[in-house]
Amino acid sequence: MQKSLAKYFLIFVGPTLIAFLISFLIPFIMGIYLSFTEFTTVTDAEWVGLENYIKAFTSDNDFVSALWFTVRFAAVSVVTINFFAFIIAVVLTRGIKGTNFFRTVFFMPNLIGGIVLGYIWQVIINGYLYKYQVTLTYDAKYGFWGLVILMNWQLIGYMMIIYIAGLQNIPGELIDAARVDGAGPLQIVRHIIIPSVMPAITICLFLTLTNSFRLFDQNLALTNGAPAKKTAMLALDIYNTFYGRNNWEGVGQAKAVIFFILVGIIAFLQLKLTRSREVEG
Amino acid sequence: MTRSKKIADTVLFVIMCVLSVVFLAPLFIVLMNSFKGNLYIADAPFAFPTKETFVFMDNYFNGLSKTGFLKSFGWSLFITVFSVLVIVLGTSMSAWYITRVKNKLTKFLYYLFAFSMIVPFQMVMFTMSKMANILNLDNPVGIIVIYLGFGAGLSVFTFSGFIKTIPVDIEESAMIDGCKPLQTFFRVVFPILRPTAISVAILNAMWIWNDYLLPYLVIGSKYRTIPIAIQYLKGGYGSIDMGAMMAMLVLAIVPIVIFYLVCQKYIIKGVIEGAIKF
Repeated sequence: MQKSLAKYFLIFVGPTLIAFLISFLIPFIMGIYLSFTEFTTVTDAEWVGLENYIKAFTSDNDFVSALWFTVRFAAVSVVTINFFAFIIAVVLTRGIKGTNFFRTVFFMPNLIGGIVLGYIWQVIINGYLYKYQVTLTYDAKYGFWGLVILMNWQLIGYMMIIYIAGLQNIPGELIDAARVDGAGPLQIVRHIIIPSVMPAITICLFLTLTNSFRLFDQNLALTNGAPAKKTAMLALDIYNTFYGRNNWEGVGQAKAVIFFILVGIIAFLQLKLTRSREVEG
Repeated sequence: MTRSKKIADTVLFVIMCVLSVVFLAPLFIVLMNSFKGNLYIADAPFAFPTKETFVFMDNYFNGLSKTGFLKSFGWSLFITVFSVLVIVLGTSMSAWYITRVKNKLTKFLYYLFAFSMIVPFQMVMFTMSKMANILNLDNPVGIIVIYLGFGAGLSVFTFSGFIKTIPVDIEESAMIDGCKPLQTFFRVVFPILRPTAISVAILNAMWIWNDYLLPYLVIGSKYRTIPIAIQYLKGGYGSIDMGAMMAMLVLAIVPIVIFYLVCQKYIIKGVIEGAIKF
């Protein structure tokens, strides 16, 4: 079969491959090259070596501030989202009344797009802050916690679904048998429950981490970086460097490469962790 | 059931009910405010509309004419439906070929597609939108090509994962019986791939329908999808027409909620599969 199919490369893979080259591979390679040049329209690129990378960190504090904001935001979001999602998942696997309804409700926000989410929460948070005569963009801490709340609302249901799938893998008979043999609740959690939900935990931690790291739409709609770029995350800062300043495209591209490397490291760690676990299991 | 478990379950049930209210409240608040006068939204978003603040459907009419929302809805629908169809077709065919024909090229392509999943959009947004511009892909038909290229990573990866688990015998006997590869694919392979195709379609539909930055950069100056139309409402410095905004948010959310309630089973399955692949 291999032989007769092999001739059909252009028909089967051709269209997708061409689209992939146009919208991903060529722009990706060009992007790496352009990060070492000064350019405004791609065709007028002039080699400047590492200058863009140095400028990204030294010309102003924007990139470092965005990086720090992103790291703090990701840390808080990962912890809170997974904490709540896990607890809700545990409750919803006990077989209480209305489980399906609750699951449906908690998951729903996940389907709403980032721009819409941002404006929904802008109204609510501003409405709440109105009592104190301030707005969301008055202080960076409002923007920070606003984003955390927004992301919790959006992702708790998503992670809950994955945790529920993981919790349903727990062998019930094994727990009963362990109980008969006199295992305490702590031992059951440690030796039976945690090992069987570990894959779900890894997936959820990385999904929330990458989602938080790459966040753009929600950030743009909720605060757009205000006040004074203090709530701009990495993706938004890169966007602003590209499109908000003249002749800074090269620096924007250099920041994008650094961003890509950071996200790549996270993905690589996930792959390694998943692989090592598969070997153990 | 023991008595203590019964009590615990009742307590948890009540807590979950309260939590459901908390989860639904934001949507309800937006709906409620979409019927209130512009001035009463920022000041008192948590108050019910009263005789004085109630404006009936004014915000909706106002928002519709300001944003051209119906047109945006049309563009969003057109781009999402056709991109998803093209992605499902193109990537399932590619995945079958890459999985069944084993050589250095297919192996390389497989890893290349997988690699593209981790690259953040910002890395290619500038060069890609220039590329789209040069190749005249900056229109609602051309953007489908862009989405095929961008959706290829996750979709090829997902299809390949499933194809690896189906025995090759059925396909081989079809080919021996004289089926050409294309016939074999559409008559034998694709029907088997159907459940995965549904998951891939749903994951891509959720992404493309809600996508903001890509369509904004590629076609945003002429064609506004729903997220772009909503972002445009914001306008210049702080001058948001809050009433119109609330009404448009409601119109943006309603189709998603309907879609969700109708296809919930598939959506949740698709999301779980997508997550595990990642």
